[in-house]
Amino acid sequence: MTTQTLDLASATHGYRRLLARRAWLLALLGMALVCAMLVDLASGPSGMGLLALLDGIAHPSHLSATDQVIIWNVRLPYALMAVLVGCALSLAGAEMQAILNNPLASPFTLGVSSAAALGASLVIVFPVTTLWVSANTAISISAFIFAAASVFLLQAMSRLRGTGVESLVLFGIALVFSCNAVVALLQLVATEDVLQQLVFWTLGSVTRANWDKLGILALVVAVVLPFSFAAAPRLTLLRMGEDRAQSFGVDVKRLRFFSLLRISLLSATAVAFVGTIGFIGLVGPHIARILVGEDQRFLLPASALTGALLLALSSIASKLIMPGMSVPVGIVTALVGVPIFVMLVFKRGRQL
Amino acid sequence: MSEGLSVHNANVSYGRRQIVHDLSLPTLPHGSLTALIGPNGAGKSTLLRAVAGLEKMHGVVRLDDLDLSAMSVAERARRVTYMPQNLPPGLSLSVMESVIAALRVTPVDGLPLSNDACLREAFEALQRIGITHLADQWLNTLSGGQRQLVSLAQLIARRPQVMLLDEPTSALDLNYQLKVMECVRGLVREHNLIAVVVLHDINLAARFADHIAVLRQGRLYASGAANEVLNPLLFAEVYRVRARIERCSEQSLQVLVDGAF
Repeated sequence: MTTQTLDLASATHGYRRLLARRAWLLALLGMALVCAMLVDLASGPSGMGLLALLDGIAHPSHLSATDQVIIWNVRLPYALMAVLVGCALSLAGAEMQAILNNPLASPFTLGVSSAAALGASLVIVFPVTTLWVSANTAISISAFIFAAASVFLLQAMSRLRGTGVESLVLFGIALVFSCNAVVALLQLVATEDVLQQLVFWTLGSVTRANWDKLGILALVVAVVLPFSFAAAPRLTLLRMGEDRAQSFGVDVKRLRFFSLLRISLLSATAVAFVGTIGFIGLVGPHIARILVGEDQRFLLPASALTGALLLALSSIASKLIMPGMSVPVGIVTALVGVPIFVMLVFKRGRQL
Repeated sequence: MSEGLSVHNANVSYGRRQIVHDLSLPTLPHGSLTALIGPNGAGKSTLLRAVAGLEKMHGVVRLDDLDLSAMSVAERARRVTYMPQNLPPGLSLSVMESVIAALRVTPVDGLPLSNDACLREAFEALQRIGITHLADQWLNTLSGGQRQLVSLAQLIARRPQVMLLDEPTSALDLNYQLKVMECVRGLVREHNLIAVVVLHDINLAARFADHIAVLRQGRLYASGAANEVLNPLLFAEVYRVRARIERCSEQSLQVLVDGAF
């Protein structure tokens, strides 16, 4: 340690340089995301290249009917869905890690995805048929309700006297197991046909995207994002300790309540539309943290960008693994996510 | 109306276990430093947390003619700040950044929100504690003692009227123990603040505190100036040790502990 003291000018300089570097990193992440999205748009079994695709969007008259369908019903919605879902899950994960003060918190590890899977499975096995809701919509709605309910359960637990944030994490893990058990039970009693649907749903995939879903998810992200960013300074202080935050004027209970509300909206909507996509919500914030540090004013946007980037890359990979068909992106994220997860656990182990 | 911080009939319980029993402190005037001392589990930290508004408390805490217990979190934070025993390890924030984050999270009286003003304020806080050399270091590379110093810098940057410090010197070396206490006493005198400090080191308390409050089993055992309060009987009854109080050549009280009962 050097004991050389700094003057105001050099301390200011150091701080300014730090902020500038972070702003740069955010910009770089944004550019990387745009590139990944373009590559994602340009790849697919039909072999339509990026130029043809952009030309087709600019001049619809140049296109055959098949190509129109490929662009508007496949390439664009899938690519946009990957970006939006990655953004939503990763942002939810970042907020979760901040308010639960736990690096292993994410919508996937704390049961939101499992609850959604349970909701979806129930409707797949016991179909709800009404005049105004199609079977697929009913599945999404049920998944959303269960996912949101799981976060509200977490919320209710946090209000109980004597529950610390550690017990919330344990409760989330318990929720994962209970939901998975019920889903397994449903799979056991399901007919072969239904079983296939069940399994397919639990493997998250952006191929469920359509413009309605995209619109809803985009709206949710657009509404939640500003509130989330506005809470960033308070979340940073919460990371420095609950007592400290409270005594510096942060209403911690209120912060936690609204943060959980945002988390439930983001993760439940994302999971309801595309199924279980694990690890983005866990790994995205961790990579962002390595890049821009713990200041949530940078960490939250960086997490959103990193998550989107990761899922866009996974989406590209899912088309390349088996030529001619796209593997559900949930499988890809899990395959890539598991090694990173293990790495993080070991890294954390060394710190303790 | 008396000027200063007063605590009347404070009762704090964790579940069924009552930690602080009907405790009242004499009014702590502006410009004074009070040390809370007592054995482990006497309720020192709990009392401090209750005054900070972090524990549910029955009783009254007043600052001048304001009832603190009736205030919102944000309103209370503008007057009273509490420093917990530690700043969590493993955060990737620079020291400067963390002090600025603490400054900007909620409005601080008399401080404009401009970047330059915050930077200057944060820098002055670091300077005051003598840790400007840490400004560009990362919290997750600091030692426990260094984090404790940063933690104090966050608190004094907010210029509270009342500082509640929970063992601010527990992880510090001898030099910084004195520096920190001198810094706290200096701020108290300069800005007419009120400081309440939980200390385990009685000699530090005797040296810096204007007023010592001794807690035992959630009750106030004694309170007053160091030379009135500290005596062998207190050490026998409160700490269960044999101790002598000596006045050393520099006129400060020194407690010499000869053994445990």
